[in-house]
Amino acid sequence: MIDAVNALRVTRAGPLALLQDAGRCGVRRLGVTQGGPVDLHGWAWANHLVGNAWGTPALEVTFGGLELVAERDLVVAVAGADLAATLDGEPLAGWRALAMKAGQRLAFDTPVNGLRAYLAVAGGFAAPPVLGSVACVVREGLGGHDGQGHRLAEGDHLRVSPRRAGSGGETARAAPPEARIDYRQPAELALLPGAQVGEFSGESLYRAFNASWRVDDRADRMGVRLAGPPLHCRLTSMISEGIGLGAVQVPPDGQPIALLNDRQTIGGYPRLGALTPLACSRLAQCLPGQEVRLKAVASERALADYRRFRSVFA
Amino acid sequence: MSRRYPPTLPRLEPAGLDGWMVRLFDAIDEANMPWLTALVRECEAAFGDELVDLVPSYTTLLVIFDPLRLSPAEARRRLVALLARLTPDEDAADAPVKELPVWYDASVGPELARLAELAGMSRDAVIACHSERTYRVFALGFAPGFAFMGSVDARLEAPRLDTPRRRVPAGSVAVAGRQTAAYPAVTPGGWNLIGRTPAVLFDRDREGFSLLQVGDRVRFVPIERAEFERLGGDPRPMEES
Repeated sequence: MIDAVNALRVTRAGPLALLQDAGRCGVRRLGVTQGGPVDLHGWAWANHLVGNAWGTPALEVTFGGLELVAERDLVVAVAGADLAATLDGEPLAGWRALAMKAGQRLAFDTPVNGLRAYLAVAGGFAAPPVLGSVACVVREGLGGHDGQGHRLAEGDHLRVSPRRAGSGGETARAAPPEARIDYRQPAELALLPGAQVGEFSGESLYRAFNASWRVDDRADRMGVRLAGPPLHCRLTSMISEGIGLGAVQVPPDGQPIALLNDRQTIGGYPRLGALTPLACSRLAQCLPGQEVRLKAVASERALADYRRFRSVFA
Repeated sequence: MSRRYPPTLPRLEPAGLDGWMVRLFDAIDEANMPWLTALVRECEAAFGDELVDLVPSYTTLLVIFDPLRLSPAEARRRLVALLARLTPDEDAADAPVKELPVWYDASVGPELARLAELAGMSRDAVIACHSERTYRVFALGFAPGFAFMGSVDARLEAPRLDTPRRRVPAGSVAVAGRQTAAYPAVTPGGWNLIGRTPAVLFDRDREGFSLLQVGDRVRFVPIERAEFERLGGDPRPMEES
């Protein structure tokens, strides 16, 4: 931290921009949530494009509205959502590494395709780890650029290690077309059935996997509510227990909630199962009103998909 | 410790790509906790750095492992082996009791009167009843360092507020159902507030971070306002704090 220098200054904050590493581990038993990027795919690609290792902190920009000025020469990449970003007013190409000169202005506007863009800088953003992680969780006041869980505000600085700030990535490095997801297409979310799946009525199970679900506007980093035909479960509540990433819980109103990175660590609603990590990523890019479907998958298949994804970022 | 698992348990349930839910018991009981704390320790030893996280709670332990290094099948084999030889922590019954000083007062505990009315006893009797028991920490959750403790005397059992408060002051000591807790930080909350502790429940700079850990034994110790302030408590009443 001592050798970190200013890389970018925030000239307009936008609604929600948070620094995220791979998440906070080993402290969930204390009620401390996981945090980390809600779209692992976009976050991992942004880092990879500038030559950063898995786990390097990158900026999660939700919805847009953020404006940053470079305070030194940098190599950066934007992946994930297209938020109509511009560099000195010119459209910025996503999914590729590019040079950003001191004084240049990077601005995110509003969502064109997807909801969350990830900005990585070669060398990685530097911030004080809190409980072992830089992951920013606003509700808990932990992590982020200042260690206090704050979203970026006007006048804030993002810092980087100077040894690597202007190097690391090939500026021509680009993600292959198959990695660039069109988030406007209907999403099919892979779900691993859980232990309470048998407690749902047959009709509800049929609906769960055959109906189309609408992403509700009650959606944030804690969870995304899905609106559709109410699901009926014989269990209405349970003794609270640990909740994994992507758990799809069904409260008594029958409307499922997919729980994401900032979820509470324990809860007592029955669950259909858990979305795979990549399904969570896909859901996190959906805007309210978008349609999604749930698709049951076998653990072996989901594991193979996840290992294939991770193998790119070794 | 003669108690064994219920006949259908323990059970391993799938919990996503990288997790197993170990279900040890089917009811909340203080006697569950020595089994759970033992299982936490055994998992740490058996999984080493392939372990990502553990979430113990009341009757279960959620085990999260690294799916790049361990298949769910291999993780399951390890858990089965470990459960077969699990024995409860023997020293749990006489583990040291952590004491939480509490200033019980209507100004910081607006539901003292409600509990007294529900129980048909005086406020002083409510305070005595709440503070004479030794509680066990069943789980941490809701917020960092928020410990769910039980079990509260049946006479003090009280439902949550119909409308949760948007802002409960840090240190607030509360009761809901037959559980009790202290709020580590300012959060929304729907529990019945009966007092306030000056103790710092969660501190990112402290070893272990959380004052209370799953399995701990805890006792609330009544103190006067002067002592509360001397220990660094914020005495401002609910409406101002």
